[in-house]
Order: sequence, then structure tokens, then C-alpha cells
Amino acid sequence: MPVPEIKESYTGSVNRVTLGATKDSGGSRTSTITVGGARNVVYGGSVEEAGEKPVIAMDVLDSRPDDWPDLLAENYQDVMDSPADWAKKCIEQFGADLICIKFEGIHPDKADNDAAHAVKVTEDVLKAVGVPLVLWGCGNDEKDNQVMPKVSEAAKGENVLIGSVTEDNYKALTAIALADGHHLITHAPLDINIAKQVNILVSDMGFPLEKVVTFQATGALGYGIEYAYSIQERQRLAALGGDKIMAMPAICDVGYESWRAKESKLEDAPGWGDVKDRGPMWEATTAICLLQAGVDIIRMRHPRAVATVKNFINQIWQ
Amino acid sequence: MILIGERINGMFTDVKEAIASKNKQPIQELAKKQTESGATYLDKKQTESGATYLDVNVGTAAADQEGTMQWLVETIQETCTTALCLDSQKPGVIAAGVKVANAENGLLLNSTPLNKKSDEEVFDKYMEMADQAGPKTNIITLTMDKNGVPQDTDTRVALAAEIVQKAMEKGFDTQRLFIDPIALPVNVPNAQIQMLNILNAMDQIKYLADPAPHMTLGLSNVSQGTSERSLINRIFLAMAMSHGLDSAIVDVLDKDLMNVVATSDMLMNKQIYSDSFLKVYTAAN
Repeated sequence: MPVPEIKESYTGSVNRVTLGATKDSGGSRTSTITVGGARNVVYGGSVEEAGEKPVIAMDVLDSRPDDWPDLLAENYQDVMDSPADWAKKCIEQFGADLICIKFEGIHPDKADNDAAHAVKVTEDVLKAVGVPLVLWGCGNDEKDNQVMPKVSEAAKGENVLIGSVTEDNYKALTAIALADGHHLITHAPLDINIAKQVNILVSDMGFPLEKVVTFQATGALGYGIEYAYSIQERQRLAALGGDKIMAMPAICDVGYESWRAKESKLEDAPGWGDVKDRGPMWEATTAICLLQAGVDIIRMRHPRAVATVKNFINQIWQ
Repeated sequence: MILIGERINGMFTDVKEAIASKNKQPIQELAKKQTESGATYLDKKQTESGATYLDVNVGTAAADQEGTMQWLVETIQETCTTALCLDSQKPGVIAAGVKVANAENGLLLNSTPLNKKSDEEVFDKYMEMADQAGPKTNIITLTMDKNGVPQDTDTRVALAAEIVQKAMEKGFDTQRLFIDPIALPVNVPNAQIQMLNILNAMDQIKYLADPAPHMTLGLSNVSQGTSERSLINRIFLAMAMSHGLDSAIVDVLDKDLMNVVATSDMLMNKQIYSDSFLKVYTAAN
């Protein structure tokens, strides 16, 4: 039986966003990254309608994590005390497209590092690698409001992607991102209505929606991925329908969420298969699933998962 | 929702006076105000594609209707590039307007019945004029023929079916067709039942073509001569939208009415809800 050709066309599109600034544009990056631009659902139209290739941002933490499973940590043991070397390794050995510095270490319940530390890490990584950066706070509003403006300032001119701002905490970081010329991550807790509201709030502050990337929160395989998928899909459909307030490219946090799942790291689990494969597969499967709902930037951690997902992207977006 | 601002109409005293004295300023003011209100309402995509229109109706006062139509069109085009909806039952007046209108901005010819006793081919004439003006020119066709305005649901639907069929035969894209099932004042003797007839007719008209032809209404007619005009307009607009109305000739300066459009769109899941949904629709950002 022949497969009928089903084609939908849409009036709207996902915004095209370019991260990073090279010397010519006042920064020090050796390359930039452009995402977005899709004019159809994933796999839904012609190659031209697919937009830019999705990219992988590998996580680098500002201080050595103590809760990473061995299987993940063993890839970074030699660099975990030096974010600059860590970033370099992700780029040179693991093929990351960009680096996401996650400032876990500034959290009061963790290392409680100060702004000076975060600024130093930012400067070191900027020197070590030439790719664009994502700079992401720890999630504690008070501490983020103290530290992230300084981090933003340290990266001024580099056109980084900085985040994240929420419905309850957006003013400080939005203002500083605007002043420093960065792109901004708007963050909602798996809630499309709040996602739209945060975008409106930052837009009301004068922040251009064309410089926003949305983060709808991520659920890993087995842990709410269906919610993340359907919200991501709804965002894409709204963008294609012409809703300018939802027309942003999307970022998702696959690395952290996948490695929280016990299935990715439990060693003593007869019948679940070799844990050495299981963890990276869990991360890769989560990423590939969300790619199909329409995400543009994927934060990842395990080099084998990164290789698998890159291979998938390269085959699909030719 | 495709909105057509109703205020530039010779039936309004200020417009009538402006026409009589050839005073451009009040006309241009109305054009600007309605564009701002209509354009900032809802999504920019509609204004970008020229889908928010300004109605242009010379009324009955002017002796030279064709000349007045041209004067109005030229006067408006001096201040804005908003798409125009040329409003006259006389093909000659429409033709005069088309001659000077910039059809690239979008144009709507408003309106023709299926046929008239005095002119069997009137609908054909409007289609020809639209084709000559270019692909961005659309037509409003009334569900009405030489027998007058239908008084029931079935006749409205039958006329709409004839309209769609005739357009298809002539190769006129049904996406360029706005069908107007004709709103009547609710307080006219025996007209009160017509509101329900219109809604029932719209339920069927939307299936006459795929994709459905546009449906529009001269909304303010409904409340003509009543008390609580604005309330009646608002409620009937919401009801009609839920039956498939996707365009209306309205007072775009009526903020409460615009809020109804925004809320109906949201409730029908055409816009994603957010706490600031009204602001998104009406804020001038």
C-alpha cells in the first residue's frame, strides 16, 4: 500500500538565533552558532523548512560535582577541578558544539562559591575555548541575583546565552542581559501558559523576544518525558501558527535529568542490561525523543550519548 | 480574526461633514486611530499580511459617489498603508475606488449579493474587478439574491452554496471569498429569530469548501436602534465566533469589544493562554 504524502504548510516560523560574537562583532569567539528557523514540524516538510541543525551544549560545572555517578564522572576525572580544561576536553575530544557552564557550585547548599569565583570560571572558559557559551545559574533566586549579573558583565560582548529567568524572578537578570547584549533563557515549569507569561514579562522590560531561548523544563525518559514532549510540540505549533510570543528556539536539559534516573546508573539490576551502556542510552534516547518534538539546543553530559545524538542529528538534518 | 474598522462611513456625521467640506484631517485621524487599534489588537502577523482592513463607505450624502470614493481612498492612503475595504452596493463606485487604491496593501470589495433584479451578473462583476486588481483583492458576498434577504437558515445556506459554487466555476479562489449571512437589527419586527438563523447557517456554510470560506458580519447592524448597543454587539460577536465567524465589520475603537475578540480567540484555543493575554492582544508594543 502506498504511503500517502501528508504535507502541512504554516505561516509562522521559529526565530533564528545566533549565539557568540567573533572579533568582528566585538567578542572573542572563534565561531558562532545559529539555531532555529524551522518553518514546519520536525520531519514535516522539505529540507529547507527544517531550519538550522540542532546543537549540543555539553555541561561544565563551576566546581567538582560530588554526586555524579562513576560511569559519568570517569570521563572527566582529570579535568573536574579545572572548568577551562573540562570545557576544552568537551570541545576537542567529545565534539560539543558549545559549552554550558552550570554554576552548581554557587548554590548555598552546595559549595556556596561567591561571585568572584564564578567570574573567574567564566573568564577562564572564555579563554580556553572559542565556541559560544551558555551561562546558567544554580536555581537559588537570591544567589543567582547576586552572582549572575557579575557573570554577565564578565562575558559582556560575547553574546552568550544566559539564564534562567522565571515568572517570579526575572527582573535582575533580564536587565543585565539587556545591558550586556546577551541572549536570555526564559524558564517555565512544564507549563505552557507560564512559559508564555514569562516571555511577555521580559518583553515588557524591553528585552527583544528575538533574543530569547525558552526552557520548558525537561523530563527524562520514564520521568515525565511525555509532558516535556507535548509542551515542546505545542510551542512549535504555536510558533508555526504565527504566535510571535512563542516563536523562540528551545533548550532542554537532558544530561542532568537523564542521570538522575535510577535506570541510568543502578549497577545491581539483573535483566536491565549492562549499566555501561544503559546510562548513555538513557541520555541519548531522551535527547532524540525531544529532538523530534522540536528542540534546538540540548544540554548533555556523557560523551557516548553525545556521539550517538550527533550521529542522529547529522543523518536527519542533511 | 480579520477585523474591518467601520468608522469611515458617510453615515456618521463627522465623516459626512468631512466629505462635504473636503476636509482630510478627520478622515486621516480615523484611519490612523483605527489602524492603531486594529493593528495592535492581536498578532502582528495579521497587519503584516494586510488582513486588518479599514472600511470605506461614502454614505448617501455625496452626489458624486464615485468621486467621493476616490477622494476618501486617496486621503486615507496619504496617511497609512492599511488594507482597505471598499464598501458600496454599486459596482461603479467600487470600480472607481479600485482605480486609485493600492491593491498591494490588500483590498476587500464589500459587497455584492448573488444576483439582483436589476443586475443578474453583479457577483461576476465583483469577481472580475477583484481579479483585475490582483491576488490580494478579496470579495464580501452577501447571502442574498433578487428575492431579498432570506428569513430562514436554509435559504441562507442555499445561497451561500450557490455563491461558493459560482466562485469555483469561475476559478475564483474560495479563500478570497468572505460570505456575509447578513445581520439584521434585533429590534425589527420578526427579526429576533434571525440571530439564531445566522448562527445555524454559519455552522453549515463552513463546510461548503475546504478550506472554509471566510465568514464576516456587519456586526453593529445587530444592535441598530437598541439600548445597550455595545453589550449586544459584544455578546453576539462572541457567539458568532464560536460558530466559525473569522471576520467582522466592527468598531475597532471599542476596547471592550476588542477584549471580547481576544478572549474568544483564547477560549477557542487559537491563542495560548497567559495571565497577560488581554495585554498581548491590545498593548501597543
